[in-house]
Amino acid sequence: MKKILILFAHPTFEKSRANLTLVDHIKDLEGVTFHDLYERYPDFHIDVKREQELLDQHDVIIWHHPFYWYSCPPLMKQWIDMVLEYDWAYGPQGKALISKTCINVITTGGSKDLYCSEGTNSFTVNQFLRPFEQTANLCGMEYFPPFAVMGTHTLSNDQLTQHGKEYAKLIDLFQNDLKITAAEGCFFTNNIPQLKQN
Amino acid sequence: MTGSLLFEAIIFLAGAIICVSIAKRLGLSSVIGYLLAGVLIGPYVLGFIGQEGQDIMHFAEYGVVVMLFLIGLEIEPKNFWNMRKTIVGMGGIQVGGTMLLSYILFMLLGFEWKVSLVISMAVALSSTAIALQTIKEKGLLETTFGNSSFSILLFQDIIVIFMLGAIPLLSNSENVTSVDKHQNLLDGLPMGFQTLAILLSVVIIIVAGKYLIVPMLRKVAKIGVREMLIAAAFLIVFSISFLMEYVGLSPALGAFLGGVVLSNSEFKHELESTLEPFKNLLLGLFFMAVGASINFIVIAKSPFTIGGLLVAIIAIKALVLFITGRIFKLKLDQKLLLTFSLAQVGEFAFVLLSFAFQLNILAQEQLDIMLVITALTMSISPIISMINERLILPKIGTKESVKRPMDHIAKTQKIILVGFGHFGSTVGRFLRSHGVEATILDQDSNRVDFLRKMGFEVYYGDATRVDLLESAGISEAKILICAIDNPSVTKEISKLVKEKYPHVELMIRAKNRYEAYDLLNLGIDNIYRESLDTSLSLAKDVLSKMGFRKYTLTRQVQNFIKYDETSLRRLAKESKRDDNYIFKARKEMEEQEQLLDQDFKRGIVDYDKHWDSEHLRNTLKKTNNS
Repeated sequence: MKKILILFAHPTFEKSRANLTLVDHIKDLEGVTFHDLYERYPDFHIDVKREQELLDQHDVIIWHHPFYWYSCPPLMKQWIDMVLEYDWAYGPQGKALISKTCINVITTGGSKDLYCSEGTNSFTVNQFLRPFEQTANLCGMEYFPPFAVMGTHTLSNDQLTQHGKEYAKLIDLFQNDLKITAAEGCFFTNNIPQLKQN
Repeated sequence: MTGSLLFEAIIFLAGAIICVSIAKRLGLSSVIGYLLAGVLIGPYVLGFIGQEGQDIMHFAEYGVVVMLFLIGLEIEPKNFWNMRKTIVGMGGIQVGGTMLLSYILFMLLGFEWKVSLVISMAVALSSTAIALQTIKEKGLLETTFGNSSFSILLFQDIIVIFMLGAIPLLSNSENVTSVDKHQNLLDGLPMGFQTLAILLSVVIIIVAGKYLIVPMLRKVAKIGVREMLIAAAFLIVFSISFLMEYVGLSPALGAFLGGVVLSNSEFKHELESTLEPFKNLLLGLFFMAVGASINFIVIAKSPFTIGGLLVAIIAIKALVLFITGRIFKLKLDQKLLLTFSLAQVGEFAFVLLSFAFQLNILAQEQLDIMLVITALTMSISPIISMINERLILPKIGTKESVKRPMDHIAKTQKIILVGFGHFGSTVGRFLRSHGVEATILDQDSNRVDFLRKMGFEVYYGDATRVDLLESAGISEAKILICAIDNPSVTKEISKLVKEKYPHVELMIRAKNRYEAYDLLNLGIDNIYRESLDTSLSLAKDVLSKMGFRKYTLTRQVQNFIKYDETSLRRLAKESKRDDNYIFKARKEMEEQEQLLDQDFKRGIVDYDKHWDSEHLRNTLKKTNNS
C-alpha cells in the first residue's frame, strides 16, 4: 500500500467550512499522514530536515490548500522554497523525490465557469497551477491534474460532504497505486472514471 | 500595664519606621537604622525606654533563632557536610586567634588572668544577627565571603557552649551554687557525658525532623487554615529552642540544625515565607534593644578607656579575620568584606559577660564597660563595612578593567552591556553568536573574573559611576543595554546616560509596566518588559492546548503586544500627571481592572478579513439578494 503525505496549508482553517469538511474525511485514514503546516510552523520557521525525512517516508505527496490569489498560501510557498533543496530534490544529485506521485488538492471560492478564457479569471485552474506542475516535474515526480472543490461559496453542506467522500476515495485509489494514465485527458482528477464508480 | 505595653510598642514601631526609612533613603543597611532608632528612644536620648531594654533584648534574641532556622532551611544536609572543613578551619583560627590576641591585650592592661580570659572569650564571638542580616540584605550569602562568614559564625555558635561550660570553672568563690545560673540537665555531669548528651540531642532533632515534624506539617497543611501553619512553624522553632536550652546548647544552633533537617521537605518554601516577616521584625527589635542598651553615662565617665578599647578590639578582630581570609586564600575584596563584616563583638558577649559577673569573676565596672563596648562595636561595624564598600573596595580587589585587544566590529560599533545576570547573559550570548562582543559592566567580582577568563571585555563596578562608564568607553559607544534587575539603578543609569551622552542609544530592560511608565517618562523609547513576551507565549501555548489554532494565536499575540505597547505609551502620559505615589498599589489595581475590562470587551479581534471565506460568502449572498 502506498503511503500518503498530505501537506495541508490554511492560515484560518478553523473558519473554513469547506476545508473542515474535506479534512474531516481524510485525516484519520490509515496510512495517511496529515501534516498541518500552519499548526506545525506558526512562526514560519520550517524544520527542513524533518520535512525531507517525511517526504522520504511517503510515496504520494498532496499539496492541499485553498486557492488564494491563484496560488497557495504563503507558508506553502515557504515550504517549497525551503524543503525542496538543490541537490536533494533537484540538481545533479537531487534524486530524493523521483517517481513519487504529486497532486494539488485545492478549494476555490469562484465556480468552475469563472476559470476560463471567457470568465473573469481569464485562465483555467490548470494554467494557474503550472508552477506547481513544473516544480513536480523538475523533481522527477508524476504530477496529477488537480483535485478541485470549486465554488465553495455556493456549495451546500451536503454537496461538501459529497466532495469529502470523493477525496477519501481518491486517497484510497492512490493507496492502491493509481496510475497516471488513469488521468489522461482529464482537466481534473475529480473526473477520472475510477472516482465515479460505485 | 496594658497601657504601657501599648505605648512601648508604639515607640518601637514608630522609631523603627522613621529611622529605617531614613537609613534606606540614604542607602544604608537597615541594621544601622534600627540601631539608631534604639539609641534615640533609649534612656539617654529621648528616654522612652528604660532599663527594660535588657529584657526586650532577651525576647528579641528569638529573632536570631528564627533567622538561623531560616538559613538552615536554605542549606541542604549534603552542602552542610561539605562545609565542615571551612566551619572548623576558619572558625577555629578566628576564635583561637582573637582570643589569644585579646587575652594578651587585657593582660598587658593589667587585668587579672581570669578576667582577661572571660573577656577574650566574649570578644572572640561576632554578631550573627548583624553580620548575617547585612549579608542577606545585600544578597551576598552565595559568595565566598558570605560562605566564610557563615561558617565562622556557625563555629562560634558551637564553641559558645563550651565557653559557657568553662566559665564556672574559673570561679573561685564559694557561692557558685547560690547564683542563679543556667539551670540545665548537664550540670554536674562529667565532660564525656555532656558531649554524649549534646550528640544525642542533635540526633533527636534529626530524627524528630523526619518522623515527627514533617508528618505533623502534613496534617496541619490538610486543615487548610493558614494561621495554623504559622503556629506550627513557631511551635517547631520554640520546641527546638526549649530542648536546646534544656540540655544547655545554643538555641540558635538547634534551630539551624532543625532548618537543615527540614530543607529537603516539601514545606521548605511555606516555612520560609511564613517566618520571614516575623524574623525581620524580631531582629529589628533586637537591634533597637542593642542601641537602647548603650550606656552613655559609662561612656561619659571614661571616654578614653572605652574609645581606646573599642579601637583595639575592632583592630584585633579585623586583623585575625584578615589573616583567616588569607590562610583560606580568599580574594582581596572578599577578604576585606569578611574582615569588616565580622569585626564586632556579638550578642553572645552579653550572655557570657553577665554570666561571669554573676559568678563574681567580673566586677560591676568591668561588666559595664564591656557591655558598652559590645553595643558600640555592634553599632559601628555596619558603618565601617559601609565605608569599606564605598571607599576602599572600588579601588582594590577585582580590578575595574583589564586591557585586551578589541576586534574590528567591537571597535567600530561599540555596545555596552550593563549587568550579566540571567537576562544580560542571554543577551550577551546571542550578540556574541553574531560576532558582536559587548563591553560588559558587572558588580559581581567572581562573575567578572570568570567572564574575563572566557575572553569577554569586562569592567567591574557600579555602572552609575560616570568615570567607570567613561573607562568602558561610553563616549564612543553606539548602544548601551541595561539588563540589571534593580529598577532604581536602571532609572539612575538611564537618566545619567541620556543626560550626559545623548548620542548613545539606550535599550532598557524593564521589570513591569510601571517601571516602563517611569522609563518612558524619562524619554526612553526602547523598553523591553520582561513580563510581556514570555507570559504571552505561555498563554498562547495554553490556548493552543485547548484547541485554538497556533498560527491564529501567533497573530493574536503579535496584535496583543502592539495593542499593549500603544496603551502603555498612552497610560504613561497619564501617570505622569499625578506624581502622588502613595496609593500606587491601589492605582495599579484600578488600572489592571481597566485593562482586563477592555480586553474582555475587545474579545478576539478580527482585525482583518484575510483568508476569511465565510465573510466573503456572506457578502456575496447579500449582493446576490439585492
